[in-house]
Amino acid sequence: MRPDEFDASGWDERGVLPLEMREAAARAGWFGVDLPAEHGGKGGTQAELGELCAEIGAVCGSVRALITVQGMVSAAITRWGTAEQRSTWLPALAAGEHLAGFAATESGAGTELSAVDTRFEVTGGAITVTGEKRWVTFGQQATAFLVLGKLDGRLATVLVEAGPGVSTVPVRGQLGLRAAMIAHVRFDGVRVPMGNLVASPGFGLSHVAATALDHGRFTVAWGCAGMAAACVADAAEHTVRRRQAAVPLAAHQVVRSTLARMAVDATAARGLCVAAARARDAGELDAVAGTVMAKYAAARAAASASQDAVQLLGSAGCASDSRVGRFFRDAKVMQIIEGSDQVSELHIADHLLRKYRVGGMT
Amino acid sequence: MRNGLPADEVRGQLLAFVTSLVDAEPGPDEDYFELGLVNSLAALELVTFVEHRFGITVRVEDLDLDNFRTVNRLTGFVLGKTAG
Ligand SMILES: Cc1cc2nc3c(=O)[nH]c(=O)nc-3n(C[C@H](O)[C@H](O)[C@H](O)COP(=O)(O)OP(=O)(O)OC[C@H]3O[C@@H](n4cnc5c(N)ncnc54)[C@H](O)[C@@H]3O)c2cc1C
Repeated sequence: MRPDEFDASGWDERGVLPLEMREAAARAGWFGVDLPAEHGGKGGTQAELGELCAEIGAVCGSVRALITVQGMVSAAITRWGTAEQRSTWLPALAAGEHLAGFAATESGAGTELSAVDTRFEVTGGAITVTGEKRWVTFGQQATAFLVLGKLDGRLATVLVEAGPGVSTVPVRGQLGLRAAMIAHVRFDGVRVPMGNLVASPGFGLSHVAATALDHGRFTVAWGCAGMAAACVADAAEHTVRRRQAAVPLAAHQVVRSTLARMAVDATAARGLCVAAARARDAGELDAVAGTVMAKYAAARAAASASQDAVQLLGSAGCASDSRVGRFFRDAKVMQIIEGSDQVSELHIADHLLRKYRVGGMT
Repeated sequence: MRNGLPADEVRGQLLAFVTSLVDAEPGPDEDYFELGLVNSLAALELVTFVEHRFGITVRVEDLDLDNFRTVNRLTGFVLGKTAG
């Protein structure tokens, strides 16, 4: 299934992404773009992954979110899994045999994930997982969750397969990403093998979840760049055709001025995404910070361009099947997840100021 | 890559980077993880810095709090890796 065949507004309205879509995504290799070929991936570049997310993000944020979560969990295992964990989990994730869920957020832990309450206890050579996670994208269908919790008071990450002791409550009617099959997920004393612990306790948030979130931020950034570009296209097309008093909307200076701002923001956001991809492909020191910057700029560009596009389309932008209307809702979510705008600003400023501190390095 | 790096040079570079990272100068044996000084982005950046600057790869086996939590321990880790 190509993006132009997606029924994005129908999925959004029904709050469901059909199974065929997920199977098609797996067949198309969208889950393994940047995974090593030895583990069933395509061994592609970050730039290739980014372009795919922009193309899909321009049509459906929920399909892009599917690629994002699958990629987040895969990236964490690729980077911090043992050889055995990589060969066990990655081929299944790349092939879509496992659908991933990233289970970090809790009612008492959002931005500050170190406050998670989920407990991992080692008993009889296994780990028992107990806790309640909120807002797990594709949690309704995930078969493998990367769960953030605490083991002996230290932040740790454990892979938990869906099954007895794992229950989900679907989240419906949320502002955006309505087809992303979000769920609150409860782990009720689920026992998993010791081999499901990813990295040693103490590194669960700072390294494992951080790697997942860094990857997620990158794909979200490109998805937002795609959304912003689509809003520019829809607004331009509409304002050229739509006439009021026999004058095309695009003939008005105020409309052109809005279109110009939208185009500049969307293009600038894309430029930062390209720069982040380049830095990541080259393993540069600034890759993590560059990704935060790209995500922040692209989420803001998507939010402002979708707001302007709805305005320029008028009632057509408010219709239930309006792409820009859906993006208006989805883009707002992007300013909250994978590091909210406020938290991104803190990181960006921190990175900037580092160079000016005593002993600072450039 | 660069075998036999002088310990002082490695320690100095790590201390300077960690200092700029956490906006405080931790003592060489001070645990910046336990102090909560390293947020989730800074920890990844520290890994990238160590890999980039010293030409080594940090693997999951290396993710031992004993390797990472103080400048002196991190220096020992880098020296061990670069000694080949
Ligand atoms: C559609 C959707 C999908 C999601 N998918 C997932 C998922 O797959 N897995 C998962 O684990 N979580 C998921 N989440 C949760 C998401 O990651 C959190 O909503 C996000 O981290 C913010 O946490 P919070 O909602 O608790 O808000 P809070 O952390 O309470 O923040 C609320 C507001 O306060 C601001 N704020 C917080 N701290 C600071 C600060 N230090 N300085 C300034 N401002 C601050 C924030 O910027 C924000 O505007 C999803 C959420 C949504 C809406």
